[in-house]
Amino acid sequence: MTGRTPQQGFDPQRRRFLSAAAAAAGVTLAPGVTLYGVTAAGSAAARAPEDPVTSSVRWGLLVDVNKCRDGCNACVTACVEENGLRGNGRPETDAQWIRKVELRDPSTGAKRSLPLMCQHCASPPCVDVCPTGASFRRADGIVLVDKHICIGCRYCMLACPYKARSFIHEVVEDQKPYAPRGKGTVESCTFCVHRVDEGRTPACVEACAEAGGDAMTFGDLNDPNSRISKQVAAYVTDQIRPDLGLDPGVRYRNL
Amino acid sequence: MGRRLVLALLLLLAPAAAAAQDSDAGRVPLPTIVKGKGEACVADTAYMRRYHMTELDHQRDETMHRGVRTRKFSLKECVDCHATLAPTGGYVSVNAPGQFCRSCHDYAAVTIDCFQCHAARPGEKETKRAGAFPRTAGKFRQESEVQ
Amino acid sequence: MRRTTYREITGQYVGFYGLMAGLGVLILLSLAAAWHMEHQGHHVTGMTNQIVWGMPHVLAIFLIVAASGALNVASIGTVFGRTWYKPLGRLSGLLALALLVGGLAVLVLDLGRADRILVAMTTYNFKSIFAWNIYLYTGFMAVVVVYLWVQMERRMNRFAPAAGLVAMIWRLVLTTGTGSIFGFLVARQAYDAAVLAPLFIAMSLSLGLASFNLTLAATCRGTGLELGDGLVSRLGRLLGVLAAVVLYFTAVQHLTNLYAAEHAGVERFILLEGGVFTALFWLGQVLLGGLVPIALVFTLPAGRALGRVVLASILVFLGGIAQIYVIVIGGQAYPLVLFPGKEVQSSFFDGVVMSYAPSLPEITLGVGGFAMAAAIVMVGLRSLRFLPESLADAALDPHHRAAATDAEEKAPA
Ligand code: SF4
Ligand code: SF4
Repeated sequence: MTGRTPQQGFDPQRRRFLSAAAAAAGVTLAPGVTLYGVTAAGSAAARAPEDPVTSSVRWGLLVDVNKCRDGCNACVTACVEENGLRGNGRPETDAQWIRKVELRDPSTGAKRSLPLMCQHCASPPCVDVCPTGASFRRADGIVLVDKHICIGCRYCMLACPYKARSFIHEVVEDQKPYAPRGKGTVESCTFCVHRVDEGRTPACVEACAEAGGDAMTFGDLNDPNSRISKQVAAYVTDQIRPDLGLDPGVRYRNL
Repeated sequence: MGRRLVLALLLLLAPAAAAAQDSDAGRVPLPTIVKGKGEACVADTAYMRRYHMTELDHQRDETMHRGVRTRKFSLKECVDCHATLAPTGGYVSVNAPGQFCRSCHDYAAVTIDCFQCHAARPGEKETKRAGAFPRTAGKFRQESEVQ
Repeated sequence: MRRTTYREITGQYVGFYGLMAGLGVLILLSLAAAWHMEHQGHHVTGMTNQIVWGMPHVLAIFLIVAASGALNVASIGTVFGRTWYKPLGRLSGLLALALLVGGLAVLVLDLGRADRILVAMTTYNFKSIFAWNIYLYTGFMAVVVVYLWVQMERRMNRFAPAAGLVAMIWRLVLTTGTGSIFGFLVARQAYDAAVLAPLFIAMSLSLGLASFNLTLAATCRGTGLELGDGLVSRLGRLLGVLAAVVLYFTAVQHLTNLYAAEHAGVERFILLEGGVFTALFWLGQVLLGGLVPIALVFTLPAGRALGRVVLASILVFLGGIAQIYVIVIGGQAYPLVLFPGKEVQSSFFDGVVMSYAPSLPEITLGVGGFAMAAAIVMVGLRSLRFLPESLADAALDPHHRAAATDAEEKAPA
């Protein structure tokens, strides 16, 4: 251990996410020993770096479509920056973990604009079809690709109903240390798992709040006291393609 | 048939092998071990030399699948510590010829796959902090040379 | 029962080695193409994040599907005891093996990380139909090898029917598995159909027989082996029946899809508005790959069947490629429906019908699979006794005129 203290952001947005009083993320007990991610009062206990994730937490994201502005791209930009997704100017093969989708109802002309990313399904088809088990769902509900064992067959891309995945078509250089990615494997939104494990929120959520949209709420769906759980309980929210029965962790309000 | 084939191959290769032994000049140079930043590595050199991949492999599964983020055998920490500063500023990739990972792997003729995906330089935070080098709390000792 | 004597091919060095050299060049080119794709990344292909499976998959699926069908002739001979087909059993097994190896090679070489094939073979997700297929394919190879062995080793001959039965069941499962690769993709409008599994079985029988007919005709021509007109007519008519079965299941596939309102969009796309896909479907698959060959083989001129049967086989073969292209590529080109009833637009081509242009490396890689299969057959024929001494009608069945009943043609599908 080098004794560094990991940088812990104490931005107001996160404060809010951390809901109630006892929330204190990144308590530094001693040099090199850090308590990460106290998620919410009274529920999931602080997870130390050596503790594995458990299914007592289910990470989820709620998007309030009314607050998402047409033409705003803050979440997408933040994702690209955070995860080092520099493209090669080839939109058909460049990776996109999150995208803005513009909807129009042809009968009424009503327009909607919303971010779409991996929905972190509870029963993810990508995981079911993956021949090697590279696609997997972490105990806390985050769906990831283990690029060490992904063979690049792209079957998961065919299986994902949300077109959430990208294949890396070209050599990647200068990756972010916390977001490894390389040619020949498949990837998708990780909910910024490296940040979540530190008790922070995904980059898109933070960027949305900073841009004044505040359209995204990230948190633990299993914790009745989390902001997201309260909202999901209080308002009508939608999943995309609920008919498929995949129980996505991403929900939309005012869709 | 198979045995004859092997024999033929051996005969073909024999002169090449002999030539390789004759000239010392053509030998692979010994690796240059770049010093880490602190006084000591996370485990002693002999252990690390032999088992670093086992540890990294284990850690990779722990982190990837179970979200365990201890730092002792994290590849990121290896890179942070063993990358050297470039004279022009910033860090040199540990996978560049002559650098920590690469020089030894070149010597042992083992390819490194890690850096096809993983960053081979410390991240921005680390780079920013490079001014404060050497780091205060570090306890790294100089790597002993390979003989 | 009369005993058929078998031989390997001998002589004709120029022709044989010339052909082998040609195939060798094709195989080398395909390896170079694979290396290029691997080295540069898949952006050098026509495949994208929207069309994720392209030409290599089309051709590989063709080869794998045809492989299981190529064994059909052997099954008819040993399992159903049809004397006409019995002497062809060995060739049929050899071809099945070769096609499967060719198809798998293409699939593997297209992987984003083909270097991790060991990972694919040691790490399994047992829920994945794809992983099951890895077992089905390797198992199929083992089964066919055993089947060939019991056919070729005289002491083991009595086990031939049992081995043949296992092989037949195995290949039905295998083709069901291949069809299910698509059937499991619930979200894709084009693939969400139970009929895909039987459709793939029918396709495998017809494409496998077409490949077999072509291999047989080419072999007989190259070696001067006599090929009886009665046998050729039988093979031809059997092909016609199987091609008709494929058409039938295709019709079922589209009609049931039309019935489900949510799939009407993709059906209109494939059947009416899909441009190249619509053309390939109606002209390639239905007309040239179905109706024309059926017409050809049911109006065979007595005594001169070979030319027509070969032509029909070529058409069925090409029609099969068209069909798989429409299923694989067409199914991906049509956009996923995320927001039913809404118009969608995004930077990731949501709601857009994608176009796909296969690149040279992809095609070269796929063609290499066929070359590999052909080369394996040729090496096999040269080194082991796969071919009967004669395929003249009289040698197959002395009463062949009397025996040519209709029941004979109705191969179990
Ligand atoms: S949205 Fe797609 S990639 Fe994400 S978990 Fe669901 S199926 Fe998998
Ligand atoms: S591309 Fe990788 S993650 Fe996706 S199914 Fe294939 S092996 Fe699994």
